[in-house]
Amino acid sequence: MTRGRVPGALLVPAIGGLIFLVLPLAGLLWRTPWATLPQRLTEPEVVEALKLSLLTASLATLLCLVLGVPLAWMLARVAFPGRRVARALITVPLVLPPVVGGIALLLALGRRGLLGGWLDSTFGVSLPFTTAGVVVAEAFVALPFLVISVEGALRGADTRYEEAAATLGASRWTTFTHVTLPLVAPGIAAGGVLCWARALGEFGATITFAGNYPGITQTMPLAVYQTMESGDLDGAVVLSLILLAVSVTILAALRDRWLAAP
Amino acid sequence: MRLTFAVAGLAAVLTLGPAGCGDPAGTPTARAGEGGVSGTVNVFAAASLTESFTTLGKRFEAAHRGATVTFNFAGSSALATQINQGAPADVFASAAPANMSTVTAAGNAAGTPTTFVRNQLVIAVAKGNPKKIAGLSGLTGPGIKVALCAEAVPCGAAARTALDASGAALTPVTLEQDVRAALAKVKLGEVDAALVYRTDAKASSGDVDAIEFPESAKAVNEYPIVVLRKAANAAGARAFVDYVLSADGRSVLTGAGFQAP
Repeated sequence: MTRGRVPGALLVPAIGGLIFLVLPLAGLLWRTPWATLPQRLTEPEVVEALKLSLLTASLATLLCLVLGVPLAWMLARVAFPGRRVARALITVPLVLPPVVGGIALLLALGRRGLLGGWLDSTFGVSLPFTTAGVVVAEAFVALPFLVISVEGALRGADTRYEEAAATLGASRWTTFTHVTLPLVAPGIAAGGVLCWARALGEFGATITFAGNYPGITQTMPLAVYQTMESGDLDGAVVLSLILLAVSVTILAALRDRWLAAP
Repeated sequence: MRLTFAVAGLAAVLTLGPAGCGDPAGTPTARAGEGGVSGTVNVFAAASLTESFTTLGKRFEAAHRGATVTFNFAGSSALATQINQGAPADVFASAAPANMSTVTAAGNAAGTPTTFVRNQLVIAVAKGNPKKIAGLSGLTGPGIKVALCAEAVPCGAAARTALDASGAALTPVTLEQDVRAALAKVKLGEVDAALVYRTDAKASSGDVDAIEFPESAKAVNEYPIVVLRKAANAAGARAFVDYVLSADGRSVLTGAGFQAP
């Protein structure tokens, strides 16, 4: 760490930046109806939306782990043709506005979509307006976060252990399960939490692709939006506070990784 | 801005003739269009008014050179919330008195709202009505997916009234935030039907068919319009509301399928 006087040209914007991030949260706490809070927290609609959010975010994370870890491994360990293109394609949903993702999902998996039409006519499966549709929308938006963080962990890991395992006769699969996975487990866990947090906060793709119905597709962010739109500011603040509490809990869980900077 | 004034000044010269020429350094209002209407009028209007108000806005601008009308179309409940939170609006046109009351109760309206049109619900279905839906009871059948508006939005409240009147136990698959979002789900083919206004179905008559049903007569929405208390352009707002209520305004609205109040 460098020593000496902190230049004002850096100090002032730094403090400004901190206030900019903290002030809106203070506003949320300031408007919280603390007196009626316990009663509002136990309202069936709130409990229902929170349960649905936790369930869908967890299922989406599971789906992302199953698909994302192998994908990250391919990107980090296998020099296949078109790898750069694949990596670029994976980052598209990361920068794409989620509502655009929702429209794209409808056109691909909707009843008249590219694949959805076939799913509907062959299996009678239709994803829009179902809880499974919410999971798909959340996973679509959250998967790149997992892939990128796991790939980063794989690239940062010491490959000599894997090489040693290979020299001792282990197959690529055995090396993956017995050496690689334990080695990057903390990275996968961090990626999983990031992915879960992103899925929990998902709004645009969900409301566009899965619709909005309490208990089936109305997750917490949708409930916040609808409550605010209908003019119930107190209700929206309470729902927001719950999401804030969940976010802070995630931060606390990851504090060693992100907050304890050297 | 300079350009706007130059155009407005030119318009004034053309309309006022020699009198306008004699006062080239007059005040901006004197140089603007007739009736002292100039600047931007921010109109917050129910989603169901999208096409007709856009047309009215263009005609208003043509009649009042120097005035610009900008619109914020959304569900009336969302608009009411935005206005009460201090959004810069000059005029509010709601699809139901309930959402207007939210604004007037908060003391944000200047004067009393005026009802300018009425509208009622139809069942919007895919072109050709492939599921052969004939009335509200046809929406409760197995495998029929229906989109409704959320009940906070006027089209949702009207749908609830109509469904209660019919006794049809309908479970929609989604509750949309405004009537156009519900209609979009029909256009996409993701739902088989949606309860929307007659005017919305008419505006999209290339994509959807409208099925009339008797219970909609029990859920007729009255649309109130008002100038807002914090209007930055009160004169422009007043003039726009007057234009909506004029014979010219009425003919555009009835042409779109709205009923006279």
